[in-house]
Amino acid sequence: MSINASGWKPTTPVAGGNAAPTFTGNKALMLEEPLIFEIGSTETTGVDFADGDVAGSRLGDLTRKSAIGLPGLSEQETVRHYTRLSRQNYAIDLGLFPLGSCTMKHNPRLNEKVARMPGFADIHPLQPVDTVQGALGVINELAVWLIKLTGMYGVAMSPKAGAHGELCGILCIKAALEKRGEGHRKVVLVPESAHGTNPATAAFAGFSVEDIPATDEGRIDTAALKARLGPDVAAVMITNPNTCGLFERDLKEISDAVHAAGGYVYCDGANFNAIVGRVRPGDLGVDAMHINLHKTFSTPHGGGGPGSGPVVLSEALAPFGPLPYTARTKDGYVHLIEEERAEEFSNEHFGGKLDSFGRMVAFHGQMGMFTRALAYILSHGADGLKQVAEDAVLNANYVLRSLEDVLDAPFAGAGPCMHEAIFSDKGFAAGFSTIDAAKALIDEGFHPMTMYFPLVVHGAMLIEPTETESRGALDQFIGALRSVAERAKAGDPSLKTAPHFAPRARLDETLAARKPVLTWKPPVVQAEAAE
Amino acid sequence: MSRYFTEDHEWIDVDGDTGTVGISDYAQSQLGDIVFVEVPDAGRALGKGDEAAVVESVKAASDVYSPVSGNVLEGNPALTDEPALVNSDPEGEGWFFKITLSDASELDALMDETAYAAFVAKL
Repeated sequence: MSINASGWKPTTPVAGGNAAPTFTGNKALMLEEPLIFEIGSTETTGVDFADGDVAGSRLGDLTRKSAIGLPGLSEQETVRHYTRLSRQNYAIDLGLFPLGSCTMKHNPRLNEKVARMPGFADIHPLQPVDTVQGALGVINELAVWLIKLTGMYGVAMSPKAGAHGELCGILCIKAALEKRGEGHRKVVLVPESAHGTNPATAAFAGFSVEDIPATDEGRIDTAALKARLGPDVAAVMITNPNTCGLFERDLKEISDAVHAAGGYVYCDGANFNAIVGRVRPGDLGVDAMHINLHKTFSTPHGGGGPGSGPVVLSEALAPFGPLPYTARTKDGYVHLIEEERAEEFSNEHFGGKLDSFGRMVAFHGQMGMFTRALAYILSHGADGLKQVAEDAVLNANYVLRSLEDVLDAPFAGAGPCMHEAIFSDKGFAAGFSTIDAAKALIDEGFHPMTMYFPLVVHGAMLIEPTETESRGALDQFIGALRSVAERAKAGDPSLKTAPHFAPRARLDETLAARKPVLTWKPPVVQAEAAE
Repeated sequence: MSRYFTEDHEWIDVDGDTGTVGISDYAQSQLGDIVFVEVPDAGRALGKGDEAAVVESVKAASDVYSPVSGNVLEGNPALTDEPALVNSDPEGEGWFFKITLSDASELDALMDETAYAAFVAKL
């Protein structure tokens, strides 16, 4: 039985009203906070250092002649500064975070508990391998899970986030082509329905990028893609489910055609949350796919922590994966394979087939993310992971169908969406656009959705609710967006100046981008200025 | 002097064998407030349809393609400090680069002002 089932609440007066402005600018618990350089005094320090006793320096004329200009704060002032700033932030622990393509799901506290265990948190990557068998075992076990969930052959664990993983996959493809003597394949095809990082990755790796159009229903134009295949095509980069929130049904057919033409298939796995446990990319002919542990496997991100982007690889690409990697031998020992032992170990255990393209990071990857992701996987189990995908898709479809009567949903006719619902600003009153709806959502207490992406949708609003929101939370968000959409369609002028209740009114984003102020300059002291 | 348009919303004014290239008023209105423009360096050889410049607005970053083949004479230096010129005068002061045409027959495939207006009306 719940407490206070009658819903009774004490009636209290609403704050604000016609109160005079406060002396400090604070509004009770809503605190104004100056820059760290504007508080404290440079005479103050949180640490009491002894005077330096360095007699001659070997730097000669290069020694510093002026003060370094660090802010001067006591420990308490520092703690308060950052705690105050943290209260002005929006976070997944405060409310629903509908950013499409980001999979901002709840970060279970069990993950945090595991990641803080001293055996994982207090070790160093240069420790002798004998003393970190538990941590290496976690990397290895997570690798085994990722291979199993994706139906692939191998995995590179070290990439630090999604785009880094993309680069790793594309470098594997480049190495494989060069090994085959086909380094002349220089074109990477990227459909319009793919993530924006895909063409950037291919260009960064030295390939030239060509677009493949999307169909009106938001999927790859398979015929156009097949027509472009040829002896100059190195790879195709496909996001599945794609940025229109749709499953690319033709992926197997596309993969077969790409392989027949001598190319490789890279899949952007940022949206893996929608299919985890239900679809294995390996079965669809994918050669490389990064997995954002910080999305699908609930490790914190978006200001809350670093990313992690392991790349699963097909049998054709696995030999070219980066160093270092872990390998468990039959005796149970987990080896860390680095340059010194790579050839010897490969000859001994893999028939000499490994031919790494090199190294992407100094050490083994994001250990803290590995422990969190494995804790998430093990606590959900195979059945739980399957339900993750089902519930993520169900929630997105609930949002889509609850709002399609008031917002234009360009792909709603293409059938159910996957993990994200997409709307356009079609139907808004003249002069009103997606930005106005997004700013009004801030007044409603929500982080805005992804705006103006994907580019194929006019004024796109991309919403990914994830599986971790309850129906009650979704209904509240849907109610807020419905109200905002109705105001935009009616041309409510107050929407143009939203947000009204945030600590700052609408910022001039154009001015901020054209003339950014990126450095703090100390105020000119009156006495010095007079000299 | 005559003006031609591409389906990617670039315009080119041709005077003899010299062309001046920019993006159309329709393009700037779709992009929104322009905050950054990168123009090509003088001397760069461009093929028709090559990526020649980059334009960034608060909404998106887009490539600007060369409507013709040729060598770049100069990029518009004013856009570095004042990208807003592309919004305020897209088909005048907000030009992107000047180019020496290597094949004037490429212009035949482009639209004139009337055809472009009809093209935009259908979008």
